Amino acid sequence: MSDILILGGRVVDPASGIDAARDLMVRRGRVTAVELPGRLTGAKAKETIDATGMVVAPGLVDVHVHLREPGQTYKESIKTGTMAAAAGGFTSVVAMPNTVPVNDSVAGLEWMLDEARGACVKLFAMPAATFGSMGEEITDFHELQRAGAVGFTDDGKPVLEDRVMRTALEAVAGIGVPISQHAEDTRLTGGCSMNAGQVAFRLGLRGMTVEAEARIVERDIQLLREIEREEGLRPHLHVQHVSTARAMEAIRRAKREGLHVTCEVAPHHFTLTDEAIGDYDTNAKMNPPLRVEMDRRAMIAGLMDGTVDCIATDHAPHARFEKEQEFERAPNGITGLETALGLALRVLHRGEGMVLSRVIELMSAQPAGLLSLEGRGSLSVGSFADVVIFDPAAEWSFEAKASKSKSKNTPFDGATLLGRVVYTVSEGRVVFKG
Amino acid sequence: MTTSGYAVGSLLSVAELKVEDVAAILAATDRIEWMTAAEKARLLVGRRIALLFYESSTRTRTSFELAAKSLGATTTLVSDKSSSIEKGESLKDTGLTLRALGAECIILRHASSGAPVLLARSTGLPVLNAGDGMHEHPSQALLDLRTMLARLPGPGARKVNAKLLDGVTVVITGDILHSRVARSNAMLLPRLGARVILCGPKALLPEDALGLGPGVEIERDFDKALRKAQVVMMLRIQRERLAGLEVHLAEYIDRYQLHTERLEGSAPHVPLVMHPGPMIRGLEIAGEVADGPNSAIEDQVRHGLAVRSALLVRALSADGFESVTV
Repeated sequence: MSDILILGGRVVDPASGIDAARDLMVRRGRVTAVELPGRLTGAKAKETIDATGMVVAPGLVDVHVHLREPGQTYKESIKTGTMAAAAGGFTSVVAMPNTVPVNDSVAGLEWMLDEARGACVKLFAMPAATFGSMGEEITDFHELQRAGAVGFTDDGKPVLEDRVMRTALEAVAGIGVPISQHAEDTRLTGGCSMNAGQVAFRLGLRGMTVEAEARIVERDIQLLREIEREEGLRPHLHVQHVSTARAMEAIRRAKREGLHVTCEVAPHHFTLTDEAIGDYDTNAKMNPPLRVEMDRRAMIAGLMDGTVDCIATDHAPHARFEKEQEFERAPNGITGLETALGLALRVLHRGEGMVLSRVIELMSAQPAGLLSLEGRGSLSVGSFADVVIFDPAAEWSFEAKASKSKSKNTPFDGATLLGRVVYTVSEGRVVFKG
Repeated sequence: MTTSGYAVGSLLSVAELKVEDVAAILAATDRIEWMTAAEKARLLVGRRIALLFYESSTRTRTSFELAAKSLGATTTLVSDKSSSIEKGESLKDTGLTLRALGAECIILRHASSGAPVLLARSTGLPVLNAGDGMHEHPSQALLDLRTMLARLPGPGARKVNAKLLDGVTVVITGDILHSRVARSNAMLLPRLGARVILCGPKALLPEDALGLGPGVEIERDFDKALRKAQVVMMLRIQRERLAGLEVHLAEYIDRYQLHTERLEGSAPHVPLVMHPGPMIRGLEIAGEVADGPNSAIEDQVRHGLAVRSALLVRALSADGFESVTV
């Protein structure tokens, strides 16, 4: 007997090129059959889900989340963060290492990935690229990868020194995982709390320039080029949360050149501009900051033409008291797991005409492929039974207070979203029911 | 509460003032100024006003305080140096504490842009922005406006509307980037018909300043700008800041100091000279110009007292304000 039957839905599985009516059978945590409607009708199951009118897609994959555990569980925990992930249709999330202490050791990584943390969806982690994310000495990539690391990053900060970044890139070249770079030249952004430009000038806030992002992206691409030429190695550079047209263009060219560069864009960067800060709304403060319309359009262009490899949320919960401070003092970051799909469908699918399967691909198959997450991001037989079932036509208003996250710091409170998750299944278990 | 979520009578930014509001504030200022001391002292008798100052201030603090006292209010001054702010108390909690102690209005000076918005949101009290970071100094723009109306031939007698300052060009020169006074003036004056020309080197005046709104222009040649000016407003220059931006002091003085020769070079009509203070004589302005016949610098201080009285009456919606807003 199977565990779950999902009948009557429209299966959208970009990895296997399916976008058609199919029924799905799940057993022992894996997809065991994907069949034409009717063929599985006689099968017995512990649970049968009627997915009529729904999209049945691979569970979404987010390569960039902050779950705040260990050390800052007043903001979020692995348990609550993954509950928010499940509510947003995500079944795999990659935790960033800027916890307290920084996740830079095998012991720290194993502790984080331990079942006892209570993750309700599959948890992956990227440990720090350098000890303490201090940007000086690289961590033990080989040992960490054996313990489950899917990449290395000092997220929140860049790996700034050329020499250190080069060492890090060379070190990942042989092991098939990326260096994931937070591209910000922090020598140019001291005291800055938003995008540089007319809005920052009017609000009297110091702004982060386009150069601060682009220079690091361009520098890193140059390093890839040198490493390939001088060492014959092809390391994988992943650029996190691209926000400027200039950095996007640099990545586009590097890809054309054949360098191994990938990148992600966050939903807020293709949805909002720095005008959203309005009257110093700290829930519109994050790093990289919201940019101008020209940059927002460039994010969309990159998503449309394939320069962007995946959508990632940069889910960054903060407690209310931390956001209720002077704008310059409030921490950077917004939550994002529960609004990502609804924004992508509203802005990219409905707004820009991106086909549904492409939106799904950018949120499942591609991020899974990027980090070689075996058996994730696909509904092909044998894959993990990670499934999201959503109503693609449902328009609804997101309520921050109803969020599963411990924190409610989102600029999308009350925003209209398109597409509502009704079921999330992680390895054959229903982990969210809308 | 207003629709924006802040208590009626708050003044956080000139952007929220409609032309009618400006007219009402100026009318109330006149009316209060004509009252006898005894009449004034009844306006806010028994009311409690807190001055919350996270930055040092001479003019603004003293004029708000004297204004409040002359209106009969009780004031208390809380500064970051001698309060629980030093112990890490947040702005929100400081505000809630003042409210619990009976403060009905808070006057805030803060180094962080946007701080008054946070305070108004978290306390629900009327908040008067007495200068926030590089953002705004709305009461300064209003007192500057009143100074111009008193000193310029013509507009003083006109009705306060969107054409009040038609034909008036105001040149603001100096460190525009860091100046809240420049921002408030550049956003307020064009709405009353003035043309505002911002003047200064690129490092202190980025092109982004044009985003302050229509009616704002940039002219980097001070002499050229001066020839168009009915009013010239000089801003303080901080030596440390120039050094950080690699602007040479001598070159700056040469290009942007307002001295007698330069001022008179703009004849036939020599503009009115203003400065929000504190001024550094011999740096952005020559002493003789500051003390000269075209200087309105001391007038500005006097108008500050009057305008701030009206803003306090408005904040506490007391009689004497509403009655002149018809």
